Amino acid sequence: MIAELGLAALWLAAALAGLQLVCGALATRVMGHGDGATTELALVTRPVAILQGGLVAFSFAMLVWVFVITDLSVKLVVANSHAMKPLVFKIAGAWGNHEGSMLLWVTVMALAGALIAAIERRLPERTMQATLAAQGFVALGFYAFLLLSSNPFERLPLPPAEGMGLNPLLQDIGMAFHPPTLYVGYVGLSVAFSFAVGALLTRQVTPDFARAMRPWLLGAWVFLTLGITAGSYWAYYELGWGGWWFWDPVENAALMPWLAATALLHSAGVLAARDALRAWTIMLGVVAFSMSMVGTFLVRSGILTSVHAFAVDPRRGSFILALLAIYIGGALLLFALRAGTVSEGQRFAIASREGALVVNNVMLSAVLAIVLLGTLYPLLTEAFDVRVSVGPPYFNPVGAVFVVPMLLVMAVGPLLRWRRDSLGRISRELALVGALILAALVLVSILGEVELLPLLGLALATGLAVASLLPLRGRALRRVPLATWGMVAAHLGIAVALFGMASDSAFTRERLVALAPGQDAQVGPWRVTLERIDPVAGPNWTALQATLRASYNDGPPTALAPQARSFWAPAQQTSETALATRWNGQLYAAMGGEAPGATGSPRWQLRLWWKPFVIWIWLGGLMVAMGGVMALVGRVLADVKRRSVTRRAASRRADRAEVLAAGANE
Amino acid sequence: MKALLPCMMLLILASPLAAQDGLPPAPYANRQLDDPALEAEAQELMETLRCLKCQSQSIADSDAPMAGDMRSQVRMRLAAGERPEAIRGWLTARYGDYVSYKPQIGSATWPLFAIPPALLALAGLVLWRRLGHGAGRRP
Repeated sequence: MIAELGLAALWLAAALAGLQLVCGALATRVMGHGDGATTELALVTRPVAILQGGLVAFSFAMLVWVFVITDLSVKLVVANSHAMKPLVFKIAGAWGNHEGSMLLWVTVMALAGALIAAIERRLPERTMQATLAAQGFVALGFYAFLLLSSNPFERLPLPPAEGMGLNPLLQDIGMAFHPPTLYVGYVGLSVAFSFAVGALLTRQVTPDFARAMRPWLLGAWVFLTLGITAGSYWAYYELGWGGWWFWDPVENAALMPWLAATALLHSAGVLAARDALRAWTIMLGVVAFSMSMVGTFLVRSGILTSVHAFAVDPRRGSFILALLAIYIGGALLLFALRAGTVSEGQRFAIASREGALVVNNVMLSAVLAIVLLGTLYPLLTEAFDVRVSVGPPYFNPVGAVFVVPMLLVMAVGPLLRWRRDSLGRISRELALVGALILAALVLVSILGEVELLPLLGLALATGLAVASLLPLRGRALRRVPLATWGMVAAHLGIAVALFGMASDSAFTRERLVALAPGQDAQVGPWRVTLERIDPVAGPNWTALQATLRASYNDGPPTALAPQARSFWAPAQQTSETALATRWNGQLYAAMGGEAPGATGSPRWQLRLWWKPFVIWIWLGGLMVAMGGVMALVGRVLADVKRRSVTRRAASRRADRAEVLAAGANE
Repeated sequence: MKALLPCMMLLILASPLAAQDGLPPAPYANRQLDDPALEAEAQELMETLRCLKCQSQSIADSDAPMAGDMRSQVRMRLAAGERPEAIRGWLTARYGDYVSYKPQIGSATWPLFAIPPALLALAGLVLWRRLGHGAGRRP
């Protein structure tokens, strides 16, 4: 019954999405006829969007519920859950699979649509109607996808006695919350897309449009940032080999929308402040959501068979590809038809804030193109039976060609004024940042043999960290707007993350050892002693656990307990790593099996890494997200304040008019 | 991403390296070379070789037995004096270009190398048109 309720709610929501599209489109048409022309249909659109959001949320709650109670008559539960699993992973199991994650996708999308319908009233109503129609149109496709090819509520005629369990790699608290976070970001970009389409349809690409879109975009961007950061940390500690970014297509699928959204965020800033980059901003809005859909396609179609690609079913792949073609193709067609009527706005001086932002935008777009190329190219050649791999040796140097100039401009840009500025005015700051970068370059090359890219990364991170704080110099800190603090935090976060990445590549120490209990090994500044090996058991796994004693520079010992786990539903081995975190890095210990060819007392394989400053990568990611939150709160507060001031002024004017009228009557 | 059970079973059924070398298959799978410089070279090379039995992992990041065999091969060949690029060549001759994360310029891969310079030129052109000559003259 629960599953049927969920399915019914989903069908109703799909019907409402259709209604939202029709009402929004008709209202947009009627209201375009002239001043004050309106239709009652326009009154329907917003409530329909809100109701649709409520219904899908209900449907999703029903799916979570069948997972919580492990209803084994539901096919999806059988395939992905097990009665013995801990509750949090039963819940996470609801979206740790193809159907459930697509339901999460539309849920987030419908909730975002409901939210804009409920509270967004800053734009002309006609633009909002067009925006909601676009949102309904996109949602409709994904409802069709869910209901026609990936029904999450499908029943089994004969319920089995037990479910098959969730992939053990996904039975991790980080993995439980990583997909929802990423999806909020992915799908939040659909709002930016709908806004862009709405503005394009009604030819209202104005600074107001940019200001209205920005908080939504910031919200999506914050979640994307968090999702990528969490995903990277998950890969780092869960996969057991100390890598944190693999240029895996699935990672790229999350990175590409982030790059586009970052560019969009900055170009929306230019549009809001200077009424320029109009067509470019619209284009980026379309591209950003397109990248979300490309990412969904890559992950969901089964075109890459990896841990993320749970579905291997070409029918689904072609369905998503068709949706992709309709939405991206449609939006690009609309753009081509309307771009001529949207003038791009003014040219910029190179030494100006907007000049720097244009460089940032162009470079981010180029990096996006490189990542897209490197991700899709192997799939393309595979279609012609030529299999090639594109990995770090390609992405790192080619990406750096665009990232390095971008980082340099990023250090300078926030110091420049809008409109017209001269580098001479900020020559002292430029000299300081330049000197820091050079000093770091020289210092690191003297200290050790570091490869070019990590060397550049370390130097640029140093310069950028200081440069990102400079906009605060000489200002009364209490009066600096929150949004400016947000920018400073986000840029500093990039510097911190970059430092962590470069430091990890440059200074990591690795030891692979086979130890008998009582023996020790040295890795970097750490001395690690294997104390004993014990068997341990969890709710759905058994493991061998090594108890290690690690001391940093002969300091007080820290206990570490890495495990080699064997799950039995489904049967699979995983490596539970153990980490000792210090401010300046992490000791990373993973447990292998028994060493082969051992005579006498058994020896155990341990993989040990000393990774200086590696946690700064994720610390930086969090700072970037935090900066986004600050900017979001700052913008919304400023907007609320401005509107309440306007309202008060209006009511005062009304009062005065009343008094005057009363006076005239006497 | 990890060694999945089906992969392992496949590996047991058909693993040319392991079959060739007999058991124990891979002495240097989880053992480093004594020379740190050589080990660093090995690490750098291993990070750019794909584990064929996993998805999107290098042999330096994988638990799969085949990745262990390949690690062992890389280390032993390096220790025997082979250069890293020669080992990469040997592996690509054996397993195809797919095994190397470092694409080589060829008839199937030239766009990978032609597009970035084109992008660079395009980026330059966009910036020049947007910011270049006559910038700021129209307020």
